[in-house]
Amino acid sequence: MTGEEIRQVVLDILERIAPDEDLSDLDDAVPFRDQMELDSMDFLDIVMELRKAYRVQIPEEDYQNLNTMGSTVEYLTPKLKDVPVA
Amino acid sequence: MALDDRIVITGIGLTAPNGNNLAEYRQNLLEGKSGVVDYETRYMPPVLAGVCNFDELRYQKRKEVRRGTRAGSVAVYCSHEAIADAGLDWESVDRSRVGVYLGITEHGNVETENEIYEISQFDYDTKVWSHHHNPRTVANNPAGEVTLSLGITGPHLTIGAACAAGNAGFIQAAQMLRLRECDIAVAGGISESIHTFGIFASFQSQGALATHEDPTKACRPFDVDRNGIVVAEGGGICTVERLQDAEARGAKIYGEIVGYAMNSDASDFVLPNSTRQAECIELALGRAGISADDIDIVSSHATATEQGDIEEATALRRAFEGTSAVINNTKSFIGHAMGAAGALELLGNLPAFDDGIAHATINLENQDSRCALPNLVANEPRNLGQVDYILNNSFGMLGINSVLVVKKYQG
Repeated sequence: MTGEEIRQVVLDILERIAPDEDLSDLDDAVPFRDQMELDSMDFLDIVMELRKAYRVQIPEEDYQNLNTMGSTVEYLTPKLKDVPVA
Repeated sequence: MALDDRIVITGIGLTAPNGNNLAEYRQNLLEGKSGVVDYETRYMPPVLAGVCNFDELRYQKRKEVRRGTRAGSVAVYCSHEAIADAGLDWESVDRSRVGVYLGITEHGNVETENEIYEISQFDYDTKVWSHHHNPRTVANNPAGEVTLSLGITGPHLTIGAACAAGNAGFIQAAQMLRLRECDIAVAGGISESIHTFGIFASFQSQGALATHEDPTKACRPFDVDRNGIVVAEGGGICTVERLQDAEARGAKIYGEIVGYAMNSDASDFVLPNSTRQAECIELALGRAGISADDIDIVSSHATATEQGDIEEATALRRAFEGTSAVINNTKSFIGHAMGAAGALELLGNLPAFDDGIAHATINLENQDSRCALPNLVANEPRNLGQVDYILNNSFGMLGINSVLVVKKYQG
């Protein structure tokens, strides 16, 4: 997957876990939690969805890398570069 | 402590397989319209069920529906409807003085089955077991979701009482109001049971799951051709208050809870016990300070199982033989709504205080002689003219019995 494809995957996950949010203006440089209602259980949903769809294991100490869309894509790129879009 | 406070029902919210508010539900009961349909559940051939179609998004965001449970959504919908119907100025209500008491038959099976199915798609890797599982399956979940949705900070709990649970919710409300634990109770019963295959499979293994080529004719309490239970979902929730509070705010009063009782068979896991049922009825009548002669409508529990109907008919003959009380059965329309059954069956009858009509027991073509009941309202509603007392039966597995007596309010 390319960085853009990974971004779309994460965006799709966010749309599923926060279906009432308008994510069309999501700023990749701003923390998710500053732009949308996202609590710790929602955050775990992101981790879970990635695990289910792509078997990506994200250790708890790496959660800080999922702060913004930009940092999330950067963190996931090496893990998913050889994985096709599901 | 004023344990003799009079307790009244002031608001009603419900969802049933044949109606999403009291007016619609009542109309369909009077018109003989069933809510039983064909239904598909996991792993099994198609079954029959009572399915509700209320608008989950009327009072919940999509995210709340996704995070919560079906039981929670049923409870949230019914609670909001009841509070709106009660005419309460919710913003000015002291919500630390509101209690939520919801009867349930079971809870958590739906979510557990869903998670097991989900991990089966991942070779049973428990790492994909949802972190939402515990908050969804704790036994207080449906009542807790109500408090979250309505900002209620008073006590909340569910009352696990098998299929006696609907009455148990109202009884708990009356007790808590009398103990001054709350000033307004949001109470009743709910069920999401059709979303677990296990309840269907278990009844089928027990030989107690109804089948019929016409779903609307499948639930046949007291009929000789009955062949089991139709599982249903639903909710019946009321605002319940002390009479003096209700009168002080000029509330509409649907009825007064004047008597109740619960007891236990202590005889079998599954088979009911007519002696204990009759004792429960007599206990409730005694507490209401009335006799069986005073009852106008008996809302029966009968689920259309072979032995269950015989046992209840036996109990009803003991309690009501020689009286003019008529007997009806709401499950014949909607199936067995489990934790909601007692509540929905009572609420379907409450409008009789205004219109004087007892709705029928449908699908009663050939009454089983072993279920002989002299005043069973069969297939067509009966105009009684005046209805002052309704007695509502609700019984459940492990031998749990509950009876509620509600009186027409005359200010």
